[in-house]
Amino acid sequence: MDAGDNDHRPGDPVRPLPPSQGAEPVIDTQGLRMRYGSADVLHGVDLRVHQGEVVALLGPNGAGKTTTIEILEGFRRRSAGEVRVLGVDPDDGDEAWRARLGIVLQSWRDHGKWRVRELLDHLGRYYTPYGTPRRARPYDAGELLGLVGLTDRADAVVGTLSGGQRRRLDVAIGLVGRPDLLFLDEPTVGFDPQARREFHELVQRLSDLEDTAILLTTHDLDEAEKLADRIVILAGGRIVADGNAAELAGRVSGKAEVRYSRDGEHHVESVEDATGHVRELFATYGEAIGDLEVRRISLEDVYMTLVHEFESGRRTEAPSELTEVAR
Amino acid sequence: MSSRMVAVRAGLQRGWIEFRQSTTNGQDLWSVMFFPIISLVVMFLLRHNTVPGTGFSLGSQSIPGILGMNVVLNGMVALALSLTMDREDGTLLRAKATPNGMIGYLTGKVLSRTGTAVVGLLIPLIPALFLFDGLELGGVSSWVTLVWVLALGLVALLPIGAVLGSVFNTAQGMGFVTLPIMMLMGVSGVFYPISAFPEWLQWLAQVFPLYWLGLGLRSAMLPETLAATEVGESWRHLETIGVLGLWAIAGLLLAPVVLRRMARRESGSAVAVRRQKAMQRTM
Repeated sequence: MDAGDNDHRPGDPVRPLPPSQGAEPVIDTQGLRMRYGSADVLHGVDLRVHQGEVVALLGPNGAGKTTTIEILEGFRRRSAGEVRVLGVDPDDGDEAWRARLGIVLQSWRDHGKWRVRELLDHLGRYYTPYGTPRRARPYDAGELLGLVGLTDRADAVVGTLSGGQRRRLDVAIGLVGRPDLLFLDEPTVGFDPQARREFHELVQRLSDLEDTAILLTTHDLDEAEKLADRIVILAGGRIVADGNAAELAGRVSGKAEVRYSRDGEHHVESVEDATGHVRELFATYGEAIGDLEVRRISLEDVYMTLVHEFESGRRTEAPSELTEVAR
Repeated sequence: MSSRMVAVRAGLQRGWIEFRQSTTNGQDLWSVMFFPIISLVVMFLLRHNTVPGTGFSLGSQSIPGILGMNVVLNGMVALALSLTMDREDGTLLRAKATPNGMIGYLTGKVLSRTGTAVVGLLIPLIPALFLFDGLELGGVSSWVTLVWVLALGLVALLPIGAVLGSVFNTAQGMGFVTLPIMMLMGVSGVFYPISAFPEWLQWLAQVFPLYWLGLGLRSAMLPETLAATEVGESWRHLETIGVLGLWAIAGLLLAPVVLRRMARRESGSAVAVRRQKAMQRTM
């Protein structure tokens, strides 16, 4: 990645900050805890997502991402803490509340015998009574198929779709009720690069045009950086970082990597103020400088560092626990 | 229109689509027809045997019981099986993620299973009428009896199917259900009048709905004189209504509770775990 590649292609408008920071958040959890038997999976998660915001939830396997999402979806009862999704406690969420959510899980294999358009039409029908003047429900099936690029597969039997097409159908079904809040659990697993690019454009369109808030989990850090307004890293049942990619980078280290050659000899330096450093290089050496490359610390570096910090932190705690047990 | 009503109507559409799928697909159609076809062939070979104490063909006498058994298989067992399969592949979770989706799902399921159960009774009846003598379906009263027995039978059987399908977590687990049902078929007079069995076995058979469904269908399709070969030498319509009615009430009270409990436990990770187990089994 070079300095120019700051997730926006030239000509793209820079995405504004979420407009409704003052309004009631779409997702609001305080001290969310989950305990299975004697094992704590979530230790007090405080998460806030606003209207139209895209938030990526990252974390190693077992960090509690899926548990968190399932609690927010109303599929799992929490052990403790305050949770509000669209202003409602998910444990008490009624059907009108459910109609405002879109859910795309990892492993759908359902309705294999149905035809694509038939299924989308059918599932859309349930949302008809929940339309509002501002938000007509459901989405027109034809329009939706166009949006996810499945128009030419409209009459195909669902079981015959390729992995990526099936995933796009899942996304279409998640959207059919024109949700205010969309959950995407590892949406692009099994996508080829082309499908992935198209999917990313779709997500951006959704949050821009429809003002849909999106909470997505992914293991693809590039994807998180491209799509998300904000990145939340969950490790060991706690939020260990929360902010946009640049803020997270700042948390780990303010340094950037500067690579250049001087008189054919290659140099790599890690500096706080990359711009100032480069200006100085040119001022001092002028024409002798070549092959310049400024590399901001990547999200992957940030992620690895934060997760490692957390895990090593947990390791240092372990001996004291052991001595307590020994006593 | 209320949102629940919308879901019921979506369920009607769903039932029709699923019914169409299972009657236009060779594999599904075979699973609907396979039991009566095999049974008809066997009973055709045995058609010269007679019902004890009469000159009536045992083959003809067994037709209503075979058709009743097929209603059990295509109504109750198939409903239970499709509930476990729908949990495995996420269909049920999809219904849960959709507003009022469970209403639509269950409406559709009950309708499509009713449809295939009726088809599974009527279609084998056509060759049976040509192959076997003595079936009496000319009168209106035969059809009236057939309709109410079948309707009451389905109301008794489908909730049991829903309960079984909720209790057993995997399609494999349903194997444990099929075996007792086959044993029940043996004692319920599907192929042979239970009046020839020891008394304790007769009592056992009369606890379960299969016997009464078969009895009711026999009363609809067989000559009046054959009532003499039944327990109590009568078609016992009142008792049929009583026993099937009790099963229906028990099932309709229990099924919503069990279904709700089962649906509450559905989540994405539950589906993923089951999927993983299913994949391990195939390896």
